[in-house]
Amino acid sequence: MVLFFENRELVTPGDLLAKGDYLAGENVFRINDEIYATRIGLVEYSNKKVSVVALKSFYVPSVNDIVIGKVVEVGTRGWMVEINSPFLALLRASDAFTKPFNPKNDELTSILDVGDVIIAKIIAYDRTRDPLLTIREHGLGKVKSGQIVVITPTKIPRVIGRKGSMISMIKNETGCNITIGQNGVILVRGKNPVMEGIVVRAIKMIEKEAHTTGLTDRVTDMIRREKMELKRNGKI
Amino acid sequence: MRFSKFITNLERKQMLNLLSTGKRIDGRDLYSYREIKIETNVIERAEGSARVYLGDTDVLAGVKIDVGEPFPDVPNEGVLTVNAELVPFASPAFEPGPPDENAIELARVVDRGIRESKAIDLAKLCIIPGKKVFVVYIDIYVLNHGGNLIDASALAALAALLNTKMYNYELVGEELKILAGYQPLPVKNYPIAVTFGKVSDYIILDPSLDEEQIMDARLTITIDKDKRICAIQKGIGGYFTLQQVRDIAKIASEKSEELRKLVLSECK
Amino acid sequence: MEKSEKPLITEDGLRTDGRGPRDLRPVKIEVGVVKNADGSAYIEHGKNKILAAVYGPSEVHPRHFALQDRALLRCKYHMAPFSVQDRKSPAPSRREIELSKVIREALEPSLFLEYYPRTSIDIFIEVLQADGGTRCASITAASIALADAGIPMRDMVVACAAGKVDGHIVLDLNDIEDKNGEADMPLAMMPNKGLITLLQMDGLVTQEEFKQMLELAMEGCNLIYQIQKKALKSTFIKTVEEV
Repeated sequence: MVLFFENRELVTPGDLLAKGDYLAGENVFRINDEIYATRIGLVEYSNKKVSVVALKSFYVPSVNDIVIGKVVEVGTRGWMVEINSPFLALLRASDAFTKPFNPKNDELTSILDVGDVIIAKIIAYDRTRDPLLTIREHGLGKVKSGQIVVITPTKIPRVIGRKGSMISMIKNETGCNITIGQNGVILVRGKNPVMEGIVVRAIKMIEKEAHTTGLTDRVTDMIRREKMELKRNGKI
Repeated sequence: MRFSKFITNLERKQMLNLLSTGKRIDGRDLYSYREIKIETNVIERAEGSARVYLGDTDVLAGVKIDVGEPFPDVPNEGVLTVNAELVPFASPAFEPGPPDENAIELARVVDRGIRESKAIDLAKLCIIPGKKVFVVYIDIYVLNHGGNLIDASALAALAALLNTKMYNYELVGEELKILAGYQPLPVKNYPIAVTFGKVSDYIILDPSLDEEQIMDARLTITIDKDKRICAIQKGIGGYFTLQQVRDIAKIASEKSEELRKLVLSECK
Repeated sequence: MEKSEKPLITEDGLRTDGRGPRDLRPVKIEVGVVKNADGSAYIEHGKNKILAAVYGPSEVHPRHFALQDRALLRCKYHMAPFSVQDRKSPAPSRREIELSKVIREALEPSLFLEYYPRTSIDIFIEVLQADGGTRCASITAASIALADAGIPMRDMVVACAAGKVDGHIVLDLNDIEDKNGEADMPLAMMPNKGLITLLQMDGLVTQEEFKQMLELAMEGCNLIYQIQKKALKSTFIKTVEEV
């Protein structure tokens, strides 16, 4: 049994990572007893499992994920929603109407229109059909205010931080409410668009510096600096 | 693009709110350009070339010079041809295939600025009157669409012309014999296109891709080195008031000075 | 067109650009250069200057083109009008259509297309300046653009030509050698297992010369692979070093 890299070393597609009795984790593939990388990322050897934490990836829908998307098409039976993935998702008209949906009388655009942002949950997806969404749960539905920011989905754990440390720091410092979609789309809602702007910049900073140490402290500093600046200019 | 640049209603609302305070989503005020970077002589195979970055917009212009026939009505002048390609990867909205109406409009607006200001001294490009002249091809290549393709393209075209080299030649009978050395293309005017957008009742300079999506109308004024207007193009299905057009013409004249200074200093 | 009256290889065994027979031209690669694309790369290989960009996997347009069992891979190779000595018409030529096809087929074996049925992956290649060997440099760049888009791959793909010029077997032909030499053989491969994914030749060579050219082209591919890998990693290396 041989490992060909150090733990957390940067690898590229096609790199031979391990040979012998290992399990294939994420972003790798196996040929006989050899395990190779399929994406650029950091190799992780843990116990018998070999995987790659991808630095470049995209969102693949998964049932029960909460996602944030935008309506791009209003059809006769529902809405097509972009969810930052290879597939458009479908929200059926019957899901959004409380009474039985009647295509003759019920105007879909009265509920959701092109350009609207929604928080939704994936209820079905199996690669042969478009992912299906629902907004029939508490906290889901049309978003009426706030700003959205899109990041590489693999960086989401960094935005959340260890035991939620990063995200609760941002919430405490800014008073903004932050909703994270598993698809890499993040919604920031605060009392003040200027404060939302600070959060958006903080999230972008986390995405860019996701693999550096001491990030929480630097993000805290950045938020406090921007807040001071705003106070001085009388914006908050 | 899996999460397209297609603007959401949240962003639209936010942009309008900001405009009412005189600010824009990228922090600019209403009459500011984004950062402009000009690189010249980027394609050695071309007789002239320039790449212009205007914010996220990235445009490459290449100049090729060929020998051809003059138009019958101007037998003593060289020929200018401007072509624009919206390279398919520059935007998910661009389709592969022959230039569409947007690409053709872009090429023609750039062409008009250069032609009407007489930027190229076409009379000096005549070889044998009525028979042989130089043909100047300007090919505009949009490599990334970040909004306001017209100003970036016009700037790239002018910068490319300013570093275009023509080979020396002598006539042997009716044939051209190429000699050693080069001379610059005769450029005698410097037209600058300045484009504005109208969003609700606000007029903004140099609209970005986000702003273009909520824009009702567009107006381009091209200004020559003597502050004369040499081309105008109104675009998109909205309208302007008389006062707005007057204001735009005045601001265009001031802004064109800034851009001309920049392009001339880069093309020394 | 540049015509060479001088020999293509001097008595000292040097080529028109001063290289030895087994030398590569300088190769420079940048990753993530087209903002709107999902992945992109820029390559300078000798005087070749090429941009490759990838969109996808994403919804197929038009929808009826979608395949039920795998992603649809499409490739457009195109040359800018100013990329060559005499201005090229922007309309796609028969040569560009063939190259689009063979480039697509050179990259296809490296991708797990079966992971993303009913989607499309679009590769766009724009040659901004051409200097012989554009298809090879295009493949090297496009493979990086695919990795930059986060598309899972079995291996990278890297390409280089070998050929015969003035009776010598040489690596990585430039424009003059390509036009005036006896043979040019572009080759693409997946370097980790040495699997050949593109092989073309025009010219006239013996079986023995062909064998030498094959070995030399693969040697060239391995050299370019090191540059390709380094470029891909350099986008991330700074942040990773700080961990």
